[in-house]
Amino acid sequence: MWRDALLVAGKDLRIELRSRVALWQVLPVAVLSLVLYAFALGPVRHTLASAAPGLYWLAVLFSTVLATQRSFAIESGEGTRDGLRASGIDPAGVFLGKAAAVAAELAVLQVVLWAAMTVLFGVHLHTAWLALVASLLATLGLAAAGTLYGALSAGLRVRETLLPLLVLPVLAPVLLAASRAWSGALSGSVSDGVSWLRVLGPFAAVYLVIGIVLYGPLLEAG
Amino acid sequence: MDPVLRLRGAVALTGRFPALSGADLEVAPGEVVSVVGPNGAGKTTLLRVLAGLLPVSAGEAVVLGVDLRTDAASVRRLVGLLGHAPALYDELTATENVRFALRAAGVGAERGGPALARVGIAGRLARAPVGGLSAGQRRRVGLATLVARAPALWLLDEPHAALDPDARTLLAELVAEAVAGGATVVFTSHEPEAASALSDRQAAMAGGRVTDVSPGSRRAKLSAVGEGGSNVA
Amino acid sequence: MSDAPIVGRSRPVWVRVVGLAGLVTTALTVWLGLWVTPPDQKQGNLVRLVYLHPPIAWVALYLAFGLAALSSLLYLWRRTRSLFWDRLAAASVEVGVVFNALTLATGMLWGRPSWGVWWTWDARLTSTALLLVLFLGYLALRRVPADPEVRAKRCAVAGLIAFVDVPIVHFSVVWWQTLHQGATVLNADLSPTIHGSMAWTLLLGFVALTLVFVWMVAVRYRIEVLADRTGAEHLEISLAERWAEGGVAVPTAPAPSNGSVELRPPSPVGQ
Repeated sequence: MWRDALLVAGKDLRIELRSRVALWQVLPVAVLSLVLYAFALGPVRHTLASAAPGLYWLAVLFSTVLATQRSFAIESGEGTRDGLRASGIDPAGVFLGKAAAVAAELAVLQVVLWAAMTVLFGVHLHTAWLALVASLLATLGLAAAGTLYGALSAGLRVRETLLPLLVLPVLAPVLLAASRAWSGALSGSVSDGVSWLRVLGPFAAVYLVIGIVLYGPLLEAG
Repeated sequence: MDPVLRLRGAVALTGRFPALSGADLEVAPGEVVSVVGPNGAGKTTLLRVLAGLLPVSAGEAVVLGVDLRTDAASVRRLVGLLGHAPALYDELTATENVRFALRAAGVGAERGGPALARVGIAGRLARAPVGGLSAGQRRRVGLATLVARAPALWLLDEPHAALDPDARTLLAELVAEAVAGGATVVFTSHEPEAASALSDRQAAMAGGRVTDVSPGSRRAKLSAVGEGGSNVA
Repeated sequence: MSDAPIVGRSRPVWVRVVGLAGLVTTALTVWLGLWVTPPDQKQGNLVRLVYLHPPIAWVALYLAFGLAALSSLLYLWRRTRSLFWDRLAAASVEVGVVFNALTLATGMLWGRPSWGVWWTWDARLTSTALLLVLFLGYLALRRVPADPEVRAKRCAVAGLIAFVDVPIVHFSVVWWQTLHQGATVLNADLSPTIHGSMAWTLLLGFVALTLVFVWMVAVRYRIEVLADRTGAEHLEISLAERWAEGGVAVPTAPAPSNGSVELRPPSPVGQ
């Protein structure tokens, strides 16, 4: 399973490197959304700074949907979905590989987004390690749940509208917990922030496990 | 000798539509069988069912000793399917695509190079992203994967489409080599006569069922003596 | 799991009995709740919603979605795989969504006079709202046309994933800052001041709405079976049409023994 996961992750990332879709489309949209939030909330520094963690994670959330859609669009070329299934590759490996690739893309995205947020909203990280750990756990959870739902809706004709409807409610707790954790990291109230890790960790663990277990039947249902 | 595959009254649904509506077919080891019929007859569906990609809703379906109704997934590593559109990632090169396909199938990736050379994709052509290759070349890359994997059952969906005469000769050679190596080949075609010349038997399909099976002329061509022995144009 | 008992010519007797019982008990609850029981010291007549709101919530969150999750699990497990569980899950989710919406509605009706606002990001309300959207997604997925077994598998997975999210949503939202420091209106008022006639009425309310739930799921399940039956009949028709396609003679390559092209009529395959 791990070998197959590495294989699929490598393939997805290599394709991304060649096509640079995430780089040139998903990333700009994410940064753009930060700008749009400023338009929506008004230019007052104080408002933006206090809303910053939530807005940041909102941007990451929507980027997850886009990245997940992209991940499954890779396999929408004629025959590739069949080819992947027909090769007899371990479905759990496909899940982990795809989720890992999405997670990697989200990680890179967050670095840029974080830099943009520092500049645009004028916030400073007080407790960097908390923010980092929260990011790590949240990213894993987002990638796992996103990939799971991506597979659920892959190949369905109404995929573009169905995927957000399905996955965003599931990701809502991550949005909540990650925003609170980052809020703690920004303001320095570490104990508050750390308690939210207790949501992010289990979320990521649960959805990774579910993905590993249920991806097989899911692929069959496609 | 156990048949390589046996279908009895197999029904397969795509959505709600019965693409296969009760197909019967039996193929012995080492045979080359062509499946012909008009568009929409269910030829592609038949291959996908045999490859373990499409579930069988009713009837009997056994491939290489595996019952497709209960365990379609096991069949996949034993069977090699070359679809209409070869399963290639446009952004990756031919070499990368073949290596990926081989490793996904649990086969050593080093077989990819020689296989690509065998089908005539080498050098700069092998190192270019597959998206830029012609349809015929893409088909060859797909064939290379099949050659390298060397499964016991080859399923080819309209392999002759988009192939020039040289490529068709190559395909015939590869099929012969595969059969010599113990494999069984089933392919679909739009051209009954050309297909018959390459196959031991020919199955005709219409409306999701196999309506007729007739002998092909491959063996007749291969051996000067044999049944009938007359030429087919 | 034979469907025969429930898809007879009309609804079977036990369904009717349950339905009637549900109607009677609900009416009784309403009567008791509105007229017989006394108003509360703090909330006055508003407390009468307690006979409906918690039972509805209980049905929606635990009964309906719990049943749906269990059914989804049983469908996915090979040993007990049967379309019965898939249909039960679908019926349960649909009824659950209705009850969920009712929970929110009654909650809002209660909240407006109590808090002065229609909505508040209170823990219970928020997680209930999220749950609603979660299972609306399930229903949307179910409407995508597919082979029944394929759809069942897909929806079962979706149902399980959604249900797993429920405790996570609950915990995270409860830890959130709420209007009432974590305790909800319900808890505050359901503390031991309920006794006597109020307690009995509340109990009756639970029983009543559980009966209504069972009735609704049974009816919905029956509809699902009937719908699938028509689907199967469509399949028969489609199969017949498909065979008719094959009724036209299909030309095949000439046999080696004679050189003329011959149209062969379709015949069953002889091996």
